[in-house]
Amino acid sequence: MTVNGATPLGATTPEEVAFAQEVRRGEPILEVRDLRKHFPLTRGVLFKKQVGAVKAVDGVSFDLMQGETLGIVGESGCGKSTLAKVLMNLEPASAGSVKYKGEEISRLSGSALKAVRRNIQMVFQDPYTSLNPRMTVGDIIGEPFEIHPEVAPKGDRRKAVQDLLDVVGLNPEYINRYPHQFSGGQRQRIGIARGLALKPEIIICDEPVSALDVSVQAQVINLLEQLQAEFELSYMFIAHDLSIVRHISDRVGVMYLGRMVEIGSDLEIYDHATHPYTQALLSAVPVPDPTARESRDRIVLVGDVPSPAKPPSGCRFRTRCWKAQEKCEREDPALTAREWLEGRARHDSACHFAAERENI
Amino acid sequence: MSTVADQTRPAREEPWTGPLLDVRNLHVEFRTRDGVVRAVNGVNYSVAAGETLAVLGESGSGKSVTAQAIMGILDMPPAAIPEGEILYRGRDMLKMSKEERRKIRGQKIAMIFQDALSSLNPVLPVGFQLGEMYRAHRGSNRKEAKAKAIELMDRVRIPAARERVGDYPHQFSGGMRQRIMIAMALALEPDLIIADEPTTALDVTVQAQVMDLLAELQAEYHMGLILITHDLGVVADVADKIAVMYAGRIVETAPVHDLYARPAHPYTRGLLDSIPRLDQKGQELYAIKGLPPNLLRIPPGCAFNPRCPRAQEICRHEVPPLAQVTEDDGTPVAGRGSACFFWKETLHDG
Amino acid sequence: MPDRNESIPDDHDPLRNIAPTDSDHLDYVGQQGLAVEQETLIEPDPGKREQARSLWGDAWRDLRRRPIFIISAVLIVLLILIAIFPSLFTSTDPRASDLTNNYLRRPDWSDFFGAGWFGYDGQGRSIYARVIYGARASITVGICVTLAVTLLGGLAGMSAGYFGGWMDAVISRITDIFFGIPLLLGALVLLNAFATRNVWSVVIALAFLGWTQLARVMRGSVITVKQSDYVVAGRALGAGTGRLMFRHILPNAIAPVIVVATIALGGYITAEATLSFLGIGLQDPTISWGVDISSAQKVIRQAPFVLFFPAAALSITVLAFIMMGDAVRDALDPKLR
Repeated sequence: MTVNGATPLGATTPEEVAFAQEVRRGEPILEVRDLRKHFPLTRGVLFKKQVGAVKAVDGVSFDLMQGETLGIVGESGCGKSTLAKVLMNLEPASAGSVKYKGEEISRLSGSALKAVRRNIQMVFQDPYTSLNPRMTVGDIIGEPFEIHPEVAPKGDRRKAVQDLLDVVGLNPEYINRYPHQFSGGQRQRIGIARGLALKPEIIICDEPVSALDVSVQAQVINLLEQLQAEFELSYMFIAHDLSIVRHISDRVGVMYLGRMVEIGSDLEIYDHATHPYTQALLSAVPVPDPTARESRDRIVLVGDVPSPAKPPSGCRFRTRCWKAQEKCEREDPALTAREWLEGRARHDSACHFAAERENI
Repeated sequence: MSTVADQTRPAREEPWTGPLLDVRNLHVEFRTRDGVVRAVNGVNYSVAAGETLAVLGESGSGKSVTAQAIMGILDMPPAAIPEGEILYRGRDMLKMSKEERRKIRGQKIAMIFQDALSSLNPVLPVGFQLGEMYRAHRGSNRKEAKAKAIELMDRVRIPAARERVGDYPHQFSGGMRQRIMIAMALALEPDLIIADEPTTALDVTVQAQVMDLLAELQAEYHMGLILITHDLGVVADVADKIAVMYAGRIVETAPVHDLYARPAHPYTRGLLDSIPRLDQKGQELYAIKGLPPNLLRIPPGCAFNPRCPRAQEICRHEVPPLAQVTEDDGTPVAGRGSACFFWKETLHDG
Repeated sequence: MPDRNESIPDDHDPLRNIAPTDSDHLDYVGQQGLAVEQETLIEPDPGKREQARSLWGDAWRDLRRRPIFIISAVLIVLLILIAIFPSLFTSTDPRASDLTNNYLRRPDWSDFFGAGWFGYDGQGRSIYARVIYGARASITVGICVTLAVTLLGGLAGMSAGYFGGWMDAVISRITDIFFGIPLLLGALVLLNAFATRNVWSVVIALAFLGWTQLARVMRGSVITVKQSDYVVAGRALGAGTGRLMFRHILPNAIAPVIVVATIALGGYITAEATLSFLGIGLQDPTISWGVDISSAQKVIRQAPFVLFFPAAALSITVLAFIMMGDAVRDALDPKLR
């Protein structure tokens, strides 16, 4: 039986308990419950008829703790960017709830929404398209102050913008320059400065380094970590680069086809993954070490991700899963810690047959 | 060594024992409004049949421009090739007539691009586009071409090829489209395939499938493969030898194991060090300081000197040649070169 | 699907790396010790560094170097001067008629800038003076119609593109309907409904029929810009509709509209001339190139020069605006930067 595939790690030691407690320290600053975002598929030009829906995010729940970094990984189409947009209130949620410090924010509008926006900000993926090319750097970073005048009085704004430039490691003298005069890494710093302007508590980073050169990525990651310590930020860090996510995250959530399939601390996910998809994803990552490639045991998945408009019944991963059985077709597995798992393997995983791989 | 090739294809007219492709001292520049952009500044590399050369570099390193120059698909002007040779089986392609080059392109050297969706014609079925290769180059009729197209799609493991031969590009997923691009490149059984970031736009689980397929087909057809990428991980998986490019020059060449184990150029070393490692959790990542150079104003001397932790006075004035890397006792290491005055120190400190 | 493919650092476009022209050494060591890199600062061309360059500024610097732009700009400025102050260019009364002496008198090239320079028409009036005075009608119609359609079409296109939904459906259907009406035929019918026909009735008729073209361009442009990350970023900051529309979208969406409007301006001038030629536009007491071309057709066999000069003036004017539109398009085309 597959259940026996679990590698027992021995009894939960006091050290393990301490570890688990440490991870879950702090209060949740953001509570997401059963969040859904469906994009209707319509037909007809004048009289639109709904013929289905793309279930981009389909029942996602998690907590973001104060001061932590939650990494979200998954392949394109898994809904991680849509999740970010919904949390930012850029797209209305179809169902579910998002609570910021206990207050429901997913259905806010007007000035209440504007107030929440001060606390949740975003860093975008593409530094080439996320800055308005017709505005100077000063105008771009100063815009948050114009929208929320209470944050910085009029006379202090220029100074505030220069301070922000300084904080992200750019020369404050370049306040009058235009974005196209900067390189990708520098533009991303401008984007980060804009995100910091309102002194938010949460920053959602949507693939913040994937458009950057390898040699510049590390600079931006370091900057993000320094800012987190300095301003006590909570990050939701969405990326597809698993090694960067591991480096920066306290906890990691793995998404597949609109669902969270596994979530846990970085150690739990990277070294004790129990969901087959997470295992396949981890094993597929190209390792920049040719000696490791011979020793590692790679799971090559068959086929492609199914369309989010027509997800499979039951477990969504079953069409590509080597463990799939009849039960997987019938029953949608809940995201929960399976009682047969022990130690660090015992974390939330949405698989009926959750188990660690025999040898990694 | 070449038995596979002998079985799968008719013998060549002329036996050729040298490298398939030999790029010598290639320079490419772009004349723009703001000045001359020196994209490639004296690149040398060669690929033999059955060999995989990975060209590793960041944006602006000139890795793609070199490939485009080899394929002869650069827009000239603004591009120009002021110097250099591109030898295909010993003959300089830059001196060939347009007609001769056109024959080599596609039939002998094929290219796979990063973005399969924009490289396929959206209004034609993929089967037709694959068959087109045979109709145009081999004079096949419609029926033969279609049969060939299905065979190719089977070969790159597209499920239900017979049913899908009439489908349009948008009906395939990203991974499947990249397979079709590979099929198209393979159609005329070329000697050499240039793959420019073939898996960058794909998801990791699909990346692995496509890379495996490419490596397998390469072995089967005994082709040369130039793999252009910025991803140190992809390179480690498939390459035999690696050329690292920076600011239009090759700064280091090495067999794949040596490069990762003991880099001999500070830039390569910096790239490897900036990959997050397990034991660095919670610490600052090593970051190469500064920015990739502006190709309009490449720094004098070694282009990497403003970012280099090892830079000395000499680095600011003299361009380091690609020196042969040797063991401590002076025996040269096969295929290893480093364009750094201090490669010895770099090699040892690592 | 809603997720974006990871865009990756590519160097397929070798020109992309030129973008940060003078910024190689912009990185800077922050006083708060947060900056990540330390840079050996080498100051390249200190004079050039302080110059902040906007895209419009770049376009302007680019335009100044284009001969086509300079030629068309000189022509247009001259034409506008002629339209405003015709008396600066001729002292002859364009309505003064001397049938006995001047009936179809041939051009007298020695009469440089004089009344008889271009000859006289079938009513003995100075063709040179009429060409000069005729500029006002053409230029007025051209500029006023263009302003009106840009404003109207721009507003409609912007609303359709920005708000989408039913607003877009309604505006798009209206533009579709207008798309089916030929400009001249529509103007013909409309102008027949006016009691008096002067420059303003022609302007109203052409503007009424022409705004939809600009609305389509604006709508398309706004829809593209609306999806950009910087607009999303503005929304994420809590920016209101007005700020998004006028600060983020309009400045980035206006370029194609300006190009189309400049090129269309020539078309409106031609339309006015054609309408006048057909006898539906301006009429005789008003001086216009179209009216003169119309009256010249009666005498074209005996005196082709009567047709030639107003027609040439019209062609040069239209050409000047089209060339200007071309030059502006090239300068603003983001693909070339």
